[in-house]
Amino acid sequence: MSLLHIEDLDTYYGYVHALKGITLDVETGEIVTLIGANGAGKSTTLRAISGLIPIRGGSISFDGQPLNGVPAHKIVERGVSHAPEGRHIFGTLTVTENLNMGAYILGKDQDAITRNRERVFKLFPRLEERRRQLGGTLSGGEQQMLTIGRALMASPRLLLLDEPSLGLAPLLVRLIFDTIREINAAGVTVLLVEQNARAALKIAHRAYVMETGRITLAGDAAALLADERVRKAYLGEQ
Amino acid sequence: MNLSWLSRFRERPWLWQSGLILFAILLPLPLGDYYRTVAWRTVLYIMLGLSLNLIVGYAGLFQLGHAAFYALGAYTAAILNLQLGIPLFWTFPASILVAALFGFLITRPILHLRGDYLAIVTIAFGEVVRLALVNNIFGITGGANGLSGIARPRLLGLEFRQPIYHYYLVLFFLLITIFAMRRLENSRLGRAWLYVREDETAAEAMGINTTQVKLLAFVLGSGWAGLAGALYAARITVISPDLARFMESVVMFCIVVLGGTGSIPGVFIGALGMVTLPELFRPLKDWRDAWLGVTMVVMMIARPEGLWPSRRVQLELQESEAPHG
Repeated sequence: MSLLHIEDLDTYYGYVHALKGITLDVETGEIVTLIGANGAGKSTTLRAISGLIPIRGGSISFDGQPLNGVPAHKIVERGVSHAPEGRHIFGTLTVTENLNMGAYILGKDQDAITRNRERVFKLFPRLEERRRQLGGTLSGGEQQMLTIGRALMASPRLLLLDEPSLGLAPLLVRLIFDTIREINAAGVTVLLVEQNARAALKIAHRAYVMETGRITLAGDAAALLADERVRKAYLGEQ
Repeated sequence: MNLSWLSRFRERPWLWQSGLILFAILLPLPLGDYYRTVAWRTVLYIMLGLSLNLIVGYAGLFQLGHAAFYALGAYTAAILNLQLGIPLFWTFPASILVAALFGFLITRPILHLRGDYLAIVTIAFGEVVRLALVNNIFGITGGANGLSGIARPRLLGLEFRQPIYHYYLVLFFLLITIFAMRRLENSRLGRAWLYVREDETAAEAMGINTTQVKLLAFVLGSGWAGLAGALYAARITVISPDLARFMESVVMFCIVVLGGTGSIPGVFIGALGMVTLPELFRPLKDWRDAWLGVTMVVMMIARPEGLWPSRRVQLELQESEAPHG
Protein backbone atom coordinates (compact mmCIF):
# COMPACT_ATOMS: atom_id res chain seq x y z
CA MET A 1 0.00 0.00 0.00
CA SER A 2 1.17 3.49 -0.77
CA LEU A 3 2.44 5.71 2.02
CA LEU A 4 0.40 8.58 0.62
CA HIS A 5 -2.66 7.98 -1.49
CA ILE A 6 -4.70 10.81 -2.96
CA GLU A 7 -7.92 9.98 -4.74
CA ASP A 8 -9.98 12.39 -6.80
CA LEU A 9 -9.07 15.38 -4.62
CA ASP A 10 -11.07 18.61 -4.98
CA THR A 11 -10.29 21.90 -3.25
CA TYR A 12 -11.50 25.45 -3.62
CA TYR A 13 -10.16 28.89 -2.78
CA GLY A 14 -13.41 30.72 -2.27
CA TYR A 15 -15.21 30.10 -5.56
CA VAL A 16 -12.08 29.15 -7.44
CA HIS A 17 -11.93 25.45 -8.15
CA ALA A 18 -8.21 24.95 -7.50
CA LEU A 19 -7.82 21.17 -7.70
CA LYS A 20 -10.15 19.27 -9.99
CA GLY A 21 -9.87 15.63 -9.11
CA ILE A 22 -6.23 14.86 -8.41
CA THR A 23 -5.20 11.24 -8.01
CA LEU A 24 -1.64 10.41 -7.03
CA ASP A 25 0.41 7.97 -5.00
CA VAL A 26 3.69 8.18 -3.15
CA GLU A 27 5.34 4.92 -2.14
CA THR A 28 7.53 4.56 0.92
CA GLY A 29 11.12 5.53 0.18
CA GLU A 30 10.41 7.42 -3.02
CA ILE A 31 11.10 10.92 -4.19
CA VAL A 32 8.06 11.98 -6.17
CA THR A 33 7.94 15.35 -7.86
CA LEU A 34 5.01 17.45 -8.95
CA ILE A 35 5.95 19.78 -11.76
CA GLY A 36 3.96 22.30 -13.72
CA ALA A 37 3.50 25.99 -14.41
CA ASN A 38 2.51 28.72 -12.00
CA GLY A 39 -1.01 28.30 -10.72
CA ALA A 40 -1.30 24.67 -11.76
CA GLY A 41 -2.20 23.67 -8.19
CA LYS A 42 1.07 22.13 -7.05
CA SER A 43 1.36 24.10 -3.80
CA THR A 44 -2.36 23.70 -3.23
CA THR A 45 -1.94 19.94 -3.32
CA LEU A 46 0.73 20.14 -0.60
CA ARG A 47 -1.40 22.50 1.47
CA ALA A 48 -4.32 20.10 1.25
CA ILE A 49 -2.14 17.18 2.36
CA SER A 50 -0.85 19.04 5.42
CA GLY A 51 -4.33 20.28 6.34
CA LEU A 52 -3.73 23.98 5.73
CA ILE A 53 -6.72 24.16 3.40
CA PRO A 54 -9.89 22.08 3.59
CA ILE A 55 -10.60 19.15 1.31
CA ARG A 56 -13.89 19.57 -0.54
CA GLY A 57 -14.05 16.27 -2.37
CA GLY A 58 -12.13 13.03 -2.69
CA SER A 59 -9.78 11.64 -0.12
CA ILE A 60 -6.22 11.71 1.15
CA SER A 61 -4.82 8.88 3.19
CA PHE A 62 -1.46 8.57 4.85
CA ASP A 63 -0.16 5.18 5.92
CA GLY A 64 -3.63 3.76 5.41
CA GLN A 65 -5.30 6.35 7.67
CA PRO A 66 -7.60 9.00 6.16
CA LEU A 67 -6.45 12.62 6.54
CA ASN A 68 -9.79 14.16 5.55
CA GLY A 69 -10.89 16.58 8.24
CA VAL A 70 -7.82 15.99 10.39
CA PRO A 71 -6.49 19.38 11.67
CA ALA A 72 -3.02 20.50 10.54
CA HIS A 73 -1.35 20.00 13.92
CA LYS A 74 -2.51 16.38 14.09
CA ILE A 75 -1.19 15.68 10.62
CA VAL A 76 2.29 16.79 11.71
CA GLU A 77 2.05 14.36 14.61
CA ARG A 78 1.29 11.53 12.20
CA GLY A 79 4.58 12.11 10.41
CA VAL A 80 3.98 14.59 7.59
CA SER A 81 6.17 17.72 7.63
CA HIS A 82 5.66 20.63 5.29
CA ALA A 83 8.42 23.05 4.29
CA PRO A 84 6.20 25.80 2.89
CA GLU A 85 6.87 27.99 -0.11
CA GLY A 86 8.34 31.37 0.72
CA ARG A 87 10.27 29.79 3.57
CA HIS A 88 8.32 31.28 6.49
CA ILE A 89 11.46 31.60 8.58
CA PHE A 90 11.10 33.25 11.98
CA GLY A 91 13.28 36.25 11.34
CA THR A 92 13.74 37.30 14.96
CA LEU A 93 14.62 33.84 16.21
CA THR A 94 18.09 32.35 15.89
CA VAL A 95 18.79 29.37 13.66
CA THR A 96 18.73 27.04 16.67
CA GLU A 97 15.47 28.53 17.93
CA ASN A 98 13.93 28.12 14.48
CA LEU A 99 14.95 24.48 14.45
CA ASN A 100 13.61 23.90 17.95
CA MET A 101 10.33 25.31 16.78
CA GLY A 102 10.13 22.56 14.18
CA ALA A 103 10.39 20.10 17.05
CA TYR A 104 7.36 21.60 18.80
CA ILE A 105 5.43 18.34 18.67
CA LEU A 106 8.28 16.52 20.42
CA GLY A 107 7.48 18.56 23.53
CA LYS A 108 10.06 18.25 26.26
CA ASP A 109 11.88 15.29 24.75
CA GLN A 110 15.27 17.05 24.79
CA ASP A 111 17.17 13.95 23.68
CA ALA A 112 15.14 13.59 20.51
CA ILE A 113 15.37 17.33 19.83
CA THR A 114 19.15 17.31 20.20
CA ARG A 115 19.46 14.20 18.09
CA ASN A 116 17.37 15.69 15.28
CA ARG A 117 19.26 18.96 15.47
CA GLU A 118 22.59 17.17 15.15
CA ARG A 119 21.21 15.35 12.15
CA VAL A 120 20.14 18.62 10.51
CA PHE A 121 23.53 20.20 11.26
CA LYS A 122 25.20 17.24 9.62
CA LEU A 123 23.07 17.69 6.49
CA PHE A 124 23.62 21.45 6.46
CA PRO A 125 26.96 22.30 8.11
CA ARG A 126 26.31 25.91 7.12
CA LEU A 127 23.42 26.07 9.59
CA GLU A 128 25.64 24.89 12.41
CA GLU A 129 28.12 27.68 11.67
CA ARG A 130 25.29 30.18 11.86
CA ARG A 131 23.29 28.59 14.65
CA ARG A 132 23.33 31.72 16.82
CA GLN A 133 22.48 34.05 13.95
CA LEU A 134 18.97 35.44 13.53
CA GLY A 135 16.91 33.78 10.82
CA GLY A 136 16.23 37.12 9.13
CA THR A 137 19.93 37.78 8.56
CA LEU A 138 20.56 34.55 6.62
CA SER A 139 21.02 34.46 2.86
CA GLY A 140 18.25 33.03 0.69
CA GLY A 141 20.00 29.69 0.34
CA GLU A 142 20.63 29.42 4.07
CA GLN A 143 17.01 30.25 4.78
CA GLN A 144 15.95 27.47 2.44
CA MET A 145 18.26 25.09 4.29
CA LEU A 146 16.70 26.23 7.53
CA THR A 147 13.19 25.66 6.18
CA ILE A 148 14.04 22.10 5.19
CA GLY A 149 15.95 21.52 8.42
CA ARG A 150 13.07 22.81 10.50
CA ALA A 151 10.65 20.46 8.75
CA LEU A 152 13.00 17.55 9.49
CA MET A 153 13.02 18.38 13.21
CA ALA A 154 9.63 16.71 13.67
CA SER A 155 11.10 13.35 12.50
CA PRO A 156 8.74 13.08 9.52
CA ARG A 157 8.18 9.99 7.45
CA LEU A 158 6.91 12.11 4.57
CA LEU A 159 8.53 15.44 3.77
CA LEU A 160 6.60 17.94 1.63
CA LEU A 161 8.93 20.41 -0.06
CA ASP A 162 7.49 23.43 -1.82
CA GLU A 163 9.76 25.09 -4.38
CA PRO A 164 13.05 24.68 -2.55
CA SER A 165 14.96 26.10 -5.53
CA LEU A 166 12.97 29.33 -5.69
CA GLY A 167 15.22 32.35 -6.08
CA LEU A 168 18.46 30.44 -5.58
CA ALA A 169 21.65 30.54 -7.63
CA PRO A 170 22.32 27.39 -9.73
CA LEU A 171 25.15 26.26 -7.48
CA LEU A 172 22.92 26.43 -4.43
CA VAL A 173 20.11 24.65 -6.23
CA ARG A 174 22.46 21.77 -6.83
CA LEU A 175 23.54 21.71 -3.20
CA ILE A 176 19.93 21.70 -2.00
CA PHE A 177 18.90 18.96 -4.41
CA ASP A 178 21.89 16.81 -3.46
CA THR A 179 20.82 17.17 0.15
CA ILE A 180 17.24 16.20 -0.68
CA ARG A 181 18.60 13.02 -2.19
CA GLU A 182 20.65 12.46 0.97
CA ILE A 183 17.58 12.98 3.16
CA ASN A 184 15.71 10.47 1.04
CA ALA A 185 18.55 7.97 1.28
CA ALA A 186 18.28 8.23 5.06
CA GLY A 187 14.74 6.90 4.83
CA VAL A 188 12.49 9.95 4.46
CA THR A 189 9.94 9.82 1.68
CA VAL A 190 9.79 13.11 -0.26
CA LEU A 191 7.05 14.80 -2.23
CA LEU A 192 8.72 17.65 -4.08
CA VAL A 193 6.93 20.52 -5.79
CA GLU A 194 9.11 22.34 -8.30
CA GLN A 195 9.10 24.75 -11.17
CA ASN A 196 12.69 23.84 -11.93
CA ALA A 197 11.51 20.70 -13.70
CA ARG A 198 14.88 19.58 -14.95
CA ALA A 199 16.52 19.57 -11.51
CA ALA A 200 13.50 17.91 -9.92
CA LEU A 201 13.21 15.17 -12.55
CA LYS A 202 16.88 14.36 -12.16
CA ILE A 203 16.58 13.38 -8.51
CA ALA A 204 13.02 12.02 -8.48
CA HIS A 205 11.94 8.44 -8.99
CA ARG A 206 8.54 9.31 -10.38
CA ALA A 207 6.82 12.49 -11.44
CA TYR A 208 3.40 13.99 -12.06
CA VAL A 209 2.80 16.93 -14.37
CA MET A 210 0.02 19.31 -13.37
CA GLU A 211 -1.91 21.81 -15.47
CA THR A 212 -4.70 24.05 -14.17
CA GLY A 213 -5.78 21.82 -11.34
CA ARG A 214 -5.44 18.49 -13.12
CA ILE A 215 -2.74 15.89 -13.52
CA THR A 216 -1.97 15.59 -17.22
CA LEU A 217 1.01 13.26 -17.27
CA ALA A 218 2.50 10.74 -14.89
CA GLY A 219 5.35 8.30 -15.02
CA ASP A 220 8.95 7.51 -14.21
CA ALA A 221 11.02 10.64 -13.84
CA ALA A 222 13.60 9.42 -16.34
CA ALA A 223 10.87 8.73 -18.91
CA LEU A 224 9.31 12.16 -18.42
CA LEU A 225 12.70 13.79 -18.71
CA ALA A 226 12.90 12.24 -22.17
CA ASP A 227 9.26 12.90 -23.08
CA GLU A 228 8.90 15.31 -25.95
CA ARG A 229 5.89 17.17 -24.53
CA VAL A 230 7.65 17.71 -21.21
CA ARG A 231 10.83 18.85 -22.89
CA LYS A 232 8.91 21.41 -24.91
CA ALA A 233 6.63 22.71 -22.21
CA TYR A 234 8.79 22.63 -19.10
CA LEU A 235 12.41 22.25 -20.04
CA GLY A 236 12.42 25.07 -22.58
CA GLU A 237 13.56 22.98 -25.50
CA GLN A 238 12.38 23.40 -29.07
CA MET B 1 15.35 60.94 24.53
CA ASN B 2 18.35 59.01 25.83
CA LEU B 3 17.23 55.77 27.45
CA SER B 4 20.58 54.03 27.66
CA TRP B 5 20.45 54.06 31.47
CA LEU B 6 17.45 51.77 31.16
CA SER B 7 19.44 49.13 29.36
CA ARG B 8 22.04 49.13 32.13
CA PHE B 9 19.30 48.21 34.58
CA ARG B 10 18.10 45.46 32.32
CA GLU B 11 21.41 43.69 32.58
CA ARG B 12 21.08 43.27 36.35
CA PRO B 13 17.44 42.29 36.79
CA TRP B 14 17.76 41.26 40.42
CA LEU B 15 18.90 44.68 41.47
CA TRP B 16 15.89 46.56 40.26
CA GLN B 17 13.39 43.78 40.85
CA SER B 18 14.00 43.47 44.58
CA GLY B 19 14.40 47.24 44.83
CA LEU B 20 11.05 47.72 43.12
CA ILE B 21 9.24 45.26 45.39
CA LEU B 22 10.69 46.96 48.48
CA PHE B 23 9.68 50.33 47.08
CA ALA B 24 6.15 49.08 46.39
CA ILE B 25 5.82 47.77 49.95
CA LEU B 26 7.10 50.96 51.58
CA LEU B 27 5.42 53.37 49.16
CA PRO B 28 2.02 53.87 50.87
CA LEU B 29 3.43 54.28 54.38
CA PRO B 30 4.24 58.01 54.21
CA LEU B 31 1.25 58.78 51.98
CA GLY B 32 -2.23 59.96 52.85
CA ASP B 33 -5.38 58.05 51.91
CA TYR B 34 -5.81 59.93 48.65
CA TYR B 35 -2.39 59.02 47.34
CA ARG B 36 -2.73 55.50 48.69
CA THR B 37 -5.82 55.20 46.52
CA VAL B 38 -3.89 56.52 43.53
CA ALA B 39 -1.25 53.87 44.20
CA TRP B 40 -3.97 51.22 44.48
CA ARG B 41 -5.45 52.27 41.16
CA THR B 42 -2.05 52.17 39.51
CA VAL B 43 -1.32 48.65 40.73
CA LEU B 44 -4.79 47.50 39.68
CA TYR B 45 -4.25 48.85 36.17
CA ILE B 46 -0.82 47.25 35.98
CA MET B 47 -2.60 43.98 36.64
CA LEU B 48 -5.18 44.75 33.97
CA GLY B 49 -2.42 45.75 31.59
CA LEU B 50 -0.58 42.49 32.21
CA SER B 51 -3.74 40.49 31.60
CA LEU B 52 -4.28 42.26 28.30
CA ASN B 53 -0.59 41.96 27.47
CA LEU B 54 -1.08 38.22 27.43
CA ILE B 55 -3.49 38.60 24.53
CA VAL B 56 -2.05 41.60 22.69
CA GLY B 57 1.62 41.22 23.55
CA TYR B 58 2.29 37.51 23.74
CA ALA B 59 -0.22 36.11 21.28
CA GLY B 60 -0.33 39.22 19.07
CA LEU B 61 -4.13 39.39 18.95
CA PHE B 62 -6.22 42.53 19.09
CA GLN B 63 -8.55 42.95 22.03
CA LEU B 64 -10.28 46.31 22.27
CA GLY B 65 -13.07 45.15 24.55
CA HIS B 66 -11.02 43.99 27.49
CA ALA B 67 -12.92 46.15 29.98
CA ALA B 68 -15.94 43.89 29.46
CA PHE B 69 -14.17 41.06 31.29
CA TYR B 70 -13.02 43.41 34.03
CA ALA B 71 -16.67 44.39 34.49
CA LEU B 72 -17.84 40.77 34.39
CA GLY B 73 -15.44 39.94 37.21
CA ALA B 74 -16.65 42.85 39.28
CA TYR B 75 -20.32 42.03 38.67
CA THR B 76 -19.83 38.35 39.46
CA ALA B 77 -18.25 39.23 42.81
CA ALA B 78 -20.96 41.79 43.57
CA ILE B 79 -23.91 39.60 42.59
CA LEU B 80 -22.67 36.57 44.54
CA ASN B 81 -22.07 38.79 47.54
CA LEU B 82 -25.37 40.68 47.39
CA GLN B 83 -27.70 37.85 46.35
CA LEU B 84 -26.16 34.89 48.11
CA GLY B 85 -24.20 36.58 50.87
CA ILE B 86 -20.98 34.88 49.86
CA PRO B 87 -18.00 36.65 51.47
CA LEU B 88 -16.13 38.64 48.87
CA PHE B 89 -12.87 36.74 49.02
CA TRP B 90 -14.75 33.55 48.23
CA THR B 91 -16.21 35.11 45.10
CA PHE B 92 -12.79 35.64 43.52
CA PRO B 93 -12.51 32.18 41.92
CA ALA B 94 -16.02 32.58 40.52
CA SER B 95 -15.11 36.00 39.09
CA ILE B 96 -12.10 34.51 37.35
CA LEU B 97 -14.12 31.58 36.02
CA VAL B 98 -17.04 33.65 34.77
CA ALA B 99 -14.76 36.13 32.99
CA ALA B 100 -12.72 33.27 31.51
CA LEU B 101 -15.87 31.46 30.40
CA PHE B 102 -17.19 34.57 28.67
CA GLY B 103 -13.76 35.03 27.15
CA PHE B 104 -14.11 31.55 25.73
CA LEU B 105 -17.68 31.93 24.49
CA ILE B 106 -17.13 35.33 22.93
CA THR B 107 -13.82 34.70 21.22
CA ARG B 108 -14.38 31.12 20.06
CA PRO B 109 -16.46 32.11 17.01
CA ILE B 110 -14.19 35.01 15.99
CA LEU B 111 -10.76 33.46 16.36
CA HIS B 112 -10.26 33.07 12.64
CA LEU B 113 -10.47 36.84 12.16
CA ARG B 114 -7.20 38.64 11.76
CA GLY B 115 -5.84 42.05 12.66
CA ASP B 116 -8.22 44.95 12.34
CA TYR B 117 -11.28 42.73 11.78
CA LEU B 118 -10.70 41.11 15.14
CA ALA B 119 -10.27 44.56 16.70
CA ILE B 120 -13.66 45.71 15.39
CA VAL B 121 -15.48 42.63 16.63
CA THR B 122 -13.92 42.87 20.10
CA ILE B 123 -15.08 46.49 20.34
CA ALA B 124 -18.60 45.34 19.48
CA PHE B 125 -18.58 42.57 22.08
CA GLY B 126 -17.35 45.00 24.72
CA GLU B 127 -20.32 47.21 23.95
CA VAL B 128 -22.71 44.25 24.03
CA VAL B 129 -21.59 43.43 27.56
CA ARG B 130 -21.90 47.05 28.67
CA LEU B 131 -25.40 47.39 27.19
CA ALA B 132 -26.49 44.12 28.76
CA LEU B 133 -25.40 45.48 32.14
CA VAL B 134 -27.16 48.81 31.53
CA ASN B 135 -30.37 46.99 30.59
CA ASN B 136 -30.41 45.09 33.85
CA ILE B 137 -30.11 41.70 32.25
CA PHE B 138 -31.88 38.91 34.21
CA GLY B 139 -32.78 41.65 36.71
CA ILE B 140 -29.56 41.17 38.62
CA THR B 141 -27.19 43.85 37.35
CA GLY B 142 -29.04 46.88 38.71
CA GLY B 143 -29.28 48.65 35.34
CA ALA B 144 -27.56 51.97 34.77
CA ASN B 145 -27.17 52.58 38.49
CA GLY B 146 -25.20 49.41 38.96
CA LEU B 147 -24.91 47.64 42.29
CA SER B 148 -24.05 49.06 45.66
CA GLY B 149 -23.69 47.90 49.24
CA ILE B 150 -21.15 45.18 48.57
CA ALA B 151 -19.92 43.92 51.94
CA ARG B 152 -16.29 44.74 52.58
CA PRO B 153 -14.05 41.73 52.52
CA ARG B 154 -12.74 40.27 55.76
CA LEU B 155 -9.70 38.18 56.40
CA LEU B 156 -8.87 36.68 59.82
CA GLY B 157 -11.30 39.00 61.50
CA LEU B 158 -9.75 42.00 59.77
CA GLU B 159 -12.12 44.21 57.80
CA PHE B 160 -10.64 45.67 54.62
CA ARG B 161 -11.80 49.25 55.07
CA GLN B 162 -8.66 51.36 54.85
CA PRO B 163 -7.20 52.08 51.41
CA ILE B 164 -3.84 50.75 52.56
CA TYR B 165 -5.24 47.24 53.05
CA HIS B 166 -6.58 47.25 49.54
CA TYR B 167 -3.27 48.50 48.25
CA TYR B 168 -1.48 45.52 49.77
CA LEU B 169 -4.21 43.20 48.57
CA VAL B 170 -3.78 44.17 44.91
CA LEU B 171 -0.01 44.27 45.33
CA PHE B 172 -0.12 40.68 46.55
CA PHE B 173 -2.10 39.61 43.49
CA LEU B 174 0.15 41.67 41.23
CA LEU B 175 3.23 39.83 42.46
CA ILE B 176 1.51 36.51 41.76
CA THR B 177 0.53 37.81 38.33
CA ILE B 178 4.09 38.86 37.45
CA PHE B 179 5.45 35.53 38.62
CA ALA B 180 2.87 33.65 36.54
CA MET B 181 3.49 35.83 33.47
CA ARG B 182 7.21 35.20 33.57
CA ARG B 183 6.61 31.49 33.82
CA LEU B 184 4.18 31.66 30.91
CA GLU B 185 6.60 33.67 28.77
CA ASN B 186 9.15 30.87 28.93
CA SER B 187 6.75 27.94 28.77
CA ARG B 188 5.90 25.79 25.77
CA LEU B 189 2.65 27.72 25.49
CA GLY B 190 4.62 30.98 25.55
CA ARG B 191 6.74 29.77 22.66
CA ALA B 192 3.65 28.68 20.78
CA TRP B 193 2.23 32.22 21.20
CA LEU B 194 5.46 33.65 19.86
CA TYR B 195 5.29 31.41 16.79
CA VAL B 196 1.65 32.22 16.15
CA ARG B 197 2.35 35.93 16.54
CA GLU B 198 5.25 35.84 14.11
CA ASP B 199 3.89 33.53 11.42
CA GLU B 200 0.63 31.72 11.86
CA THR B 201 0.96 29.59 8.73
CA ALA B 202 4.38 28.33 9.70
CA ALA B 203 3.18 27.71 13.26
CA GLU B 204 0.30 25.64 11.94
CA ALA B 205 2.58 23.70 9.61
CA MET B 206 4.88 22.93 12.54
CA GLY B 207 2.15 21.16 14.44
CA ILE B 208 0.84 23.92 16.69
CA ASN B 209 -2.87 23.89 17.33
CA THR B 210 -3.20 27.58 16.57
CA THR B 211 -6.89 27.78 17.43
CA GLN B 212 -6.37 26.28 20.86
CA VAL B 213 -3.31 28.40 21.57
CA LYS B 214 -5.05 31.65 20.64
CA LEU B 215 -8.13 30.68 22.58
CA LEU B 216 -6.00 30.03 25.65
CA ALA B 217 -4.55 33.54 25.42
CA PHE B 218 -8.04 35.02 25.40
CA VAL B 219 -9.34 32.77 28.16
CA LEU B 220 -6.38 33.34 30.50
CA GLY B 221 -6.29 37.08 29.80
CA SER B 222 -10.04 37.43 30.36
CA GLY B 223 -9.98 35.44 33.57
CA TRP B 224 -7.18 37.61 34.87
CA ALA B 225 -9.11 40.76 34.06
CA GLY B 226 -12.02 39.21 35.97
CA LEU B 227 -9.83 38.92 39.05
CA ALA B 228 -8.92 42.59 38.72
CA GLY B 229 -12.63 43.38 38.51
CA ALA B 230 -13.34 41.49 41.73
CA LEU B 231 -10.51 43.41 43.44
CA TYR B 232 -12.11 46.65 42.24
CA ALA B 233 -15.50 45.63 43.62
CA ALA B 234 -13.85 44.77 46.93
CA ARG B 235 -12.37 48.24 47.26
CA ILE B 236 -15.08 50.49 45.85
CA THR B 237 -18.17 48.45 46.92
CA VAL B 238 -20.21 50.30 44.27
CA ILE B 239 -20.03 49.19 40.66
CA SER B 240 -21.70 50.39 37.51
CA PRO B 241 -21.75 49.54 33.78
CA ASP B 242 -19.16 52.31 33.36
CA LEU B 243 -16.56 49.67 34.13
CA ALA B 244 -17.17 48.22 30.68
CA ARG B 245 -16.95 51.55 28.86
CA PHE B 246 -15.05 51.53 25.59
CA MET B 247 -12.75 54.21 27.00
CA GLU B 248 -11.68 51.77 29.75
CA SER B 249 -10.70 49.25 27.11
CA VAL B 250 -8.78 51.93 25.24
CA VAL B 251 -6.89 52.91 28.38
CA MET B 252 -5.92 49.26 28.96
CA PHE B 253 -4.87 48.90 25.36
CA CYS B 254 -2.78 52.06 25.56
CA ILE B 255 -1.09 50.83 28.76
CA VAL B 256 0.15 47.82 26.82
CA VAL B 257 1.15 49.68 23.66
CA LEU B 258 2.63 52.77 25.34
CA GLY B 259 4.97 50.78 27.54
CA GLY B 260 5.85 48.23 24.91
CA THR B 261 3.77 45.26 23.81
CA GLY B 262 4.88 41.98 25.27
CA SER B 263 7.00 43.61 27.95
CA ILE B 264 6.19 43.36 31.67
CA PRO B 265 8.17 46.48 32.69
CA GLY B 266 6.56 48.21 29.74
CA VAL B 267 3.13 47.68 31.28
CA PHE B 268 4.36 49.37 34.49
CA ILE B 269 5.44 52.42 32.53
CA GLY B 270 2.22 52.37 30.54
CA ALA B 271 0.11 52.33 33.70
CA LEU B 272 2.12 55.21 35.17
CA GLY B 273 1.54 57.23 32.02
CA MET B 274 -2.12 56.35 31.53
CA VAL B 275 -3.41 56.17 35.12
CA THR B 276 -1.04 57.74 37.65
CA LEU B 277 -0.05 60.89 35.79
CA PRO B 278 -3.60 61.92 34.88
CA GLU B 279 -4.62 61.33 38.50
CA LEU B 280 -1.76 63.40 39.90
CA PHE B 281 -2.55 66.22 37.49
CA ARG B 282 -6.17 66.03 38.33
CA PRO B 283 -7.00 69.65 37.42
CA LEU B 284 -5.96 68.76 33.88
CA LYS B 285 -7.81 65.48 33.88
CA ASP B 286 -10.38 66.69 31.39
CA TRP B 287 -7.52 66.81 28.96
CA ARG B 288 -6.68 63.17 29.41
CA ASP B 289 -8.32 62.00 26.21
CA ALA B 290 -6.46 64.68 24.29
CA TRP B 291 -3.20 63.76 26.01
CA LEU B 292 -3.87 60.15 25.15
CA GLY B 293 -4.33 60.92 21.47
CA VAL B 294 -1.28 63.15 21.23
CA THR B 295 0.90 60.67 23.11
CA MET B 296 -0.15 57.82 20.87
CA VAL B 297 0.60 59.78 17.71
CA VAL B 298 3.99 60.88 18.99
CA MET B 299 4.80 57.37 20.21
CA MET B 300 3.91 55.73 16.92
CA ILE B 301 6.21 58.14 15.09
CA ALA B 302 9.10 58.31 17.54
CA ARG B 303 9.09 54.99 19.37
CA PRO B 304 6.63 52.46 17.94
CA GLU B 305 8.06 49.63 20.02
CA GLY B 306 7.05 51.38 23.27
CA LEU B 307 9.05 52.96 26.08
CA TRP B 308 10.40 49.73 27.54
CA PRO B 309 9.96 47.20 24.77
CA SER B 310 10.60 43.49 24.91
CA ARG B 311 13.77 42.61 23.00
CA ARG B 312 11.77 40.39 20.67
CA VAL B 313 9.17 42.94 19.66
CA GLN B 314 11.89 45.49 19.03
CA LEU B 315 13.54 43.06 16.63
CA GLU B 316 10.25 42.28 14.92
CA LEU B 317 9.65 45.95 14.23
CA GLN B 318 13.16 46.50 12.93
CA GLU B 319 12.74 43.52 10.68
CA SER B 320 9.46 44.65 9.22
CA GLU B 321 11.12 47.96 8.28
CA ALA B 322 14.11 46.32 6.63
CA PRO B 323 13.64 45.12 3.07
CA HIS B 324 13.05 41.41 2.79
CA GLY B 325 15.38 39.39 0.66
